[in-house]
Amino acid sequence: MLAQRGHRVQLVETAPRLFEHAASYRAGAMIAPYCEAEAAEAVVQQAGLEALRLWQAVLPELAVNGTLVVAAPRDQGELQRFKRLTQGHETLTHKDLQALEPDLAGQFATALFYREEGHLSPGPAMRRLIATFKAHGGEFIERVEADGCNDVLTDGDYILDCRGIFAKKQLPDLRGVRGELVYIRSREVTLRRPVRLLHPRFPLYIVPHGKGTYMVGATMIESEAEGPVTLRSALQLLSAAYAVHPAFAEAEICGFASGVRPAFPDNLPKIIVRGNYIHINGLYRHGFLLAPVLARQVADFIEQGRAVSDPYHWIKYEE
Amino acid sequence: MPVMNDQDLQTVAAKADPLTFYGVSFGSRLLLGTAQYPSPAILQAAVRQSGCEIITVSLRRESGRDRAGQGFWELIKDLGVRVLPNTAGCRTVKEAVTTAQMARELFETAWIKLEVIANDDTLQPEVFGLVEAARELSQQGFWVFPYTTEDLGVAEKLLEAGCQVLMPWGAPIGSGQGLNNIAGLKTMRAYFPDTPLVIDAGIGAPSQAVRAMELGYDAVLLNTAVAKAADPVTMAQAFAAAIHAGRSAFTAGLMEPRDMASPSTPVAGTPFFELR
Repeated sequence: MLAQRGHRVQLVETAPRLFEHAASYRAGAMIAPYCEAEAAEAVVQQAGLEALRLWQAVLPELAVNGTLVVAAPRDQGELQRFKRLTQGHETLTHKDLQALEPDLAGQFATALFYREEGHLSPGPAMRRLIATFKAHGGEFIERVEADGCNDVLTDGDYILDCRGIFAKKQLPDLRGVRGELVYIRSREVTLRRPVRLLHPRFPLYIVPHGKGTYMVGATMIESEAEGPVTLRSALQLLSAAYAVHPAFAEAEICGFASGVRPAFPDNLPKIIVRGNYIHINGLYRHGFLLAPVLARQVADFIEQGRAVSDPYHWIKYEE
Repeated sequence: MPVMNDQDLQTVAAKADPLTFYGVSFGSRLLLGTAQYPSPAILQAAVRQSGCEIITVSLRRESGRDRAGQGFWELIKDLGVRVLPNTAGCRTVKEAVTTAQMARELFETAWIKLEVIANDDTLQPEVFGLVEAARELSQQGFWVFPYTTEDLGVAEKLLEAGCQVLMPWGAPIGSGQGLNNIAGLKTMRAYFPDTPLVIDAGIGAPSQAVRAMELGYDAVLLNTAVAKAADPVTMAQAFAAAIHAGRSAFTAGLMEPRDMASPSTPVAGTPFFELR
């Protein structure tokens, strides 16, 4: 966003491969402002709708095929609750579902459909963003060990710290929420849009990443542990896939992954301005959902200073 | 003299009728779980606004290792209320005992809400393992709050194992069904008149909490009904008010239901009754 607006931007990355350690690479990358509002403040929906428009302008990879929300017959109460707490949906009949996502129609009699929502595959999306950044003159400073960017950058007008959980030392309120996921490949099941399976204890989702691959995610554990996926979580994730379609039993497991989401106590992001050092953090499970809005907000702040409007109340001045 | 609002009146009443577990007294009879809230900030507001003084925290062993869940626990500790760690999700005695030991170290408390679960579908207590784990933990110096059924035989074994509190279910965890076996719960109350009894699970609506308290139960523990409400803070307050109402009704003495109408004002001799 900054590079596009003509600013000179240097991006510091410590991983040997760009963003290898970034939580974003392991994200579900659903741009689902309505669905996320089920368990988030109203501001997430408002900002998410703005993000949808912003992403559409820069990422042709964004698929706007909607989201389907389903529940097993015994969990229909969960579907009713989800419907009551969210907007932007229509209730599908079995015939509608069959027309929209034929492979699901054998398993579910009805579904909620959030037509306006979109999704991305994080890999291609990140590659596109990197290419766009470079095309606008953005520079990378790679493989720099840094604990706070002050160590490595001294000549910029602003330092923007977007290190997620790695900035915990500077942001004591920040905590980690562990997420685990599995990648699978199926030759038998075709889904064109993210499917959320509601369950009283383990609500999970399946996101199509193209060519028969799917990401099944993601656990939400109040833990900053970075270790491998536990067997318990693996069972939950794989059971969710199996519950959505029994033919997923024949899918290949391509790999498990885990990451730590950075979150503040209210699970909302913040832009913390400490002089010319700006922390952008706490995106929780809404990295792709909110990132472009935060970027736009930061770019506006850099250009307008304190006069900038702050519709989502994310900017905190700590000077 | 300033006029007291409803919350002040509840506080005064609660102080006159405290709830006591293992020698520690509390004014509030609402215990809250800490899972599934939209955010820790909303959880904190729900606890504060409801006046809840005891919260239960689930400890997953993978979070306990290397204190990986520290960020969340710090927010819990900030509330300044009593933390009752639990062994949710444990299926065996060994798991439950290990989790309890880890919880004692992390939360610096000997209190433990003991759950040994029979199966993942109903989350029904596995009462044989529960008794065994309760005995083991009591011997290790824990103060055990066992999540159990209304079975009197199991309850007796738990007391014999060292428990001084019993936490029978109202209905399966998270089901919101309320009190599935009122006759059984009444019998349990009558059978153990001096043991603190807490309805631990299955409460979905404040009216169900009122009912539990009217039966003479000492407290109610709930999580999902508050955490998954559209407005958890207001729902927590609604439960606090309901629990207070139910307790007041119990201590005041409920009337016995009658088969016949019984006018509260004598009718005979009322002049011009028909004209009023």
